[in-house]
Amino acid sequence: MTETLLDVRDVVVEYPLKGFRKEPFKALKGVSLDIRPGETVGLVGESGSGKTTLGRAVLGLAPVTGGSIKYRGQEISKATRAQRKELSHEIQVVFQDPYTSLNPSMTIEQILTEPLTVRKVERQAANKRVAELLDQVRLPHGAAHRLPREFSGGQRQRIAIARALALDPKLIVCDEPVSALDLSTQATVLDLFIEIQERTGVAYLFVSHDLAVVRHLSHRVAVMYHGEIVEWGDGEQVTGEPEHPYTQRLFMAAPVPDPDRQAQRRADRLRLLDIQHQQNVQAGVA
Amino acid sequence: MIDTSIALPTQAAKVSLFRKLLTNPTGAVSMLVLAIVALAAVLAPVLATHDPGLASLQSVLAKSSPDHVLGADSAGRDVFSRLLFAGQFSLAGALLALVVAVAIGVTGGLVAGYYGGWFDSASSWLTGLLMAMPGIVILLAARAVVGPSMWLSMMIFGVLLSPAYFRLVYACVTAVRNELYVDAARVSGLSDFRIIGRHILTVVRAPVIIQSAMVLGIAIAIQAGLEFLGLGDLNIPTWGSMLNDGFINLYKAPTLVLWPSLVLGVVCIALTLLANAMRDELERSRGPVKRRRKGAAVADSAEAAAKRGEPAVVHPETPAGARTASAGEVLLEVTDLGVGYDQPDGSTTHVVNHVGLTVRRGEVHGLVGESGSGKTQTAFSILRLLPQGGRVTGGSIVFDGTDLARLSEKEMTKVRGKRIAYIPQEPMSNLDAAFTIGSQLMEPMRVCLGISKAEARKRALALLAKVGIPHPERTFNAYPHEISGGMAQRVLIAGAVSCEPDLLIADEPTTALDVTVQAEVLDLLRELQDELKMGVILVTHNFGVVADLCDRVTVMQTGRVVETGPVRTIFKDARHPYTKQLLEAILEDAAPRGPLTSNARPSKDGSLTSLTGVKP
Repeated sequence: MTETLLDVRDVVVEYPLKGFRKEPFKALKGVSLDIRPGETVGLVGESGSGKTTLGRAVLGLAPVTGGSIKYRGQEISKATRAQRKELSHEIQVVFQDPYTSLNPSMTIEQILTEPLTVRKVERQAANKRVAELLDQVRLPHGAAHRLPREFSGGQRQRIAIARALALDPKLIVCDEPVSALDLSTQATVLDLFIEIQERTGVAYLFVSHDLAVVRHLSHRVAVMYHGEIVEWGDGEQVTGEPEHPYTQRLFMAAPVPDPDRQAQRRADRLRLLDIQHQQNVQAGVA
Repeated sequence: MIDTSIALPTQAAKVSLFRKLLTNPTGAVSMLVLAIVALAAVLAPVLATHDPGLASLQSVLAKSSPDHVLGADSAGRDVFSRLLFAGQFSLAGALLALVVAVAIGVTGGLVAGYYGGWFDSASSWLTGLLMAMPGIVILLAARAVVGPSMWLSMMIFGVLLSPAYFRLVYACVTAVRNELYVDAARVSGLSDFRIIGRHILTVVRAPVIIQSAMVLGIAIAIQAGLEFLGLGDLNIPTWGSMLNDGFINLYKAPTLVLWPSLVLGVVCIALTLLANAMRDELERSRGPVKRRRKGAAVADSAEAAAKRGEPAVVHPETPAGARTASAGEVLLEVTDLGVGYDQPDGSTTHVVNHVGLTVRRGEVHGLVGESGSGKTQTAFSILRLLPQGGRVTGGSIVFDGTDLARLSEKEMTKVRGKRIAYIPQEPMSNLDAAFTIGSQLMEPMRVCLGISKAEARKRALALLAKVGIPHPERTFNAYPHEISGGMAQRVLIAGAVSCEPDLLIADEPTTALDVTVQAEVLDLLRELQDELKMGVILVTHNFGVVADLCDRVTVMQTGRVVETGPVRTIFKDARHPYTKQLLEAILEDAAPRGPLTSNARPSKDGSLTSLTGVKP
């Protein structure tokens, strides 16, 4: 596999802090990964690990101060507004919160045609496209003339997915798209993600804190911790037999839905923490 | 899998602001008054009996007569006709001020709020300066320089009013600038102009309309004030100049001052009331109508009975499950619990129906369900802390021999905190940012246990150490924003167990936490529960947490209990279809996706086909 859709190399994102000559806050400290066409790359980490920042950097919503982000060989980390407009055809986004990612005062039709108006799509063609998109995310056509508040969380997330698909992108950045949803809704939305990928061949950068979700969806997985990628590789390997101590801790911390196996995992986790602590003491870190 | 995506809710009726105002009595009356005044001003040439500028020596200060309905002024001009024509100028002048203020203030606020940067600093500085300047002095100075022009002074007044709009719009824009839908629009490649027009202008529309009604009233009053001081243009009739004339002749013809002040007063009051009514309709929803007790109770039981549905699956105690935990005495017995919310139209929406729940001493009872299943409502009704409008509509909550549903608010206060404690979902929003952690821990202990400050401090420090906080002294003196979410949850757990309660209600205690922190908090809860032998109700949607901590599980769906039993039975032998669905949706044991195979990709060059099969 030689071709690469997105190539992220040593990316640094810094946010200036208030105060004279204060060191800026480094949200990303040199992060590298790549995404191939049609592939899902999972990005796991806890809050503050920088996983969302990486997604926003790819979208041009976070200030990249070092390194490069190349989309099909073209540098996009410093893209101008006009270049971004071209890129909107290629890279799209689905956000975490289905309640604030849709403008509450616009109908679903207006929300879905918005990206199309940038492309100057004819009114009639746009309406046809809206119907197609609603089909794709399994919502009835009657949804077009309603407001977001009339839909449940899962339905709203479907609308957000439809908006991302409107321009036929090659890459969708998914920022915790199912973490605000109920368990059973989450499962159906994840199935929808997989189904759309299999049909259209779109690639996902799938950001989540939930190891199980990432494992279910991702071909390759990167684990982030304090602004760095600590483990990166095959999904099966990273989520099954993690090598990095942090990934091991993360893996062990997730409770299994079975009382007896969970009791076992709890014991394993405490043992692992103990061993890691010993190692740290020996290494002189702690 | 539950397919909730297909069923669409019924279309909510879109009611325009105008319609809403018509049903609001204050709004309807004030709009009627304003419409009459505006109409009279527009139709002045038709309605007026005389030329407003025509002076007549015969009728100087004439009393009201068939010829002059409201009499005549000091120059013998007809008061009624002048009143009508003055309406044209007064209203147009006020509108001019409004238009100038809106144009400057809204544009400036949008640009400064959206882009920030130097324009933001400069314009904020300028608005500060404008607001600090005494308006009336500037208007007087302007009149001295450019002469008595009502239009010009109203334009200057508009500039002076613009900071009010600037501030309002600025606040609105900075609030929505970082909303996700604005980010999504940026990713879609929309121009800033379009984003402002489509997403941001809609947010500022309502507050600007409300503010405009207020500003219009102020503009009319200030304009009348200037004219009254004799600083206006004497060639055009205005309400202010009529007021001036009436005041000079107050002793000779007292009614002259009455008519313009009446019109001014009515218009200003109507505008203010209209602004209030609009604020009510746009920003606040009305509370529920007071219900009539007796009829409602009958309706309650009728609806509740209809919602009883099929009985829940109850698993018996298994020998394995009947270990130490469930052997204890019954601590809490909830039977046939109903919870309802009073609606504005007087009806009641039932969110919990016929819920039964038994918690024994020393047992952790998991309350599982998805959003809207009523699990949190059930927990809150045990604490008797239902949100505004909610109430227990039936059943009993027997806690250690007393029915909590029948206790007075005062008696309940003694139970809450001391005997039943609570751990919330969002640790940060449940600590008061204005007080130190220590004072928030000490206060309830001093009230509940009646101990001294020194004793409470000692206990609080011991508790902080007990919940695994590394530096209790430092955390004790810290403010909530100085500690992490996991630490905050430990503090709240410390507070909950501080009075050694018999029952602990934990509402999704780990949902807002990172998974590694969640594991630590679960360990802590297990230790404390073991040590204090509390009964625990654990509200959660995470089956991993259930497996980790619970002895018994109750599964809820749409306000009803569908299945209840020992934790192992629920996981291994679930009977109810809904429980099975939930367990199937768990991803923990699902197979990983595996590596990407090259034939999974649609075409070699990486171009993709859409649903319609047309290449983009």
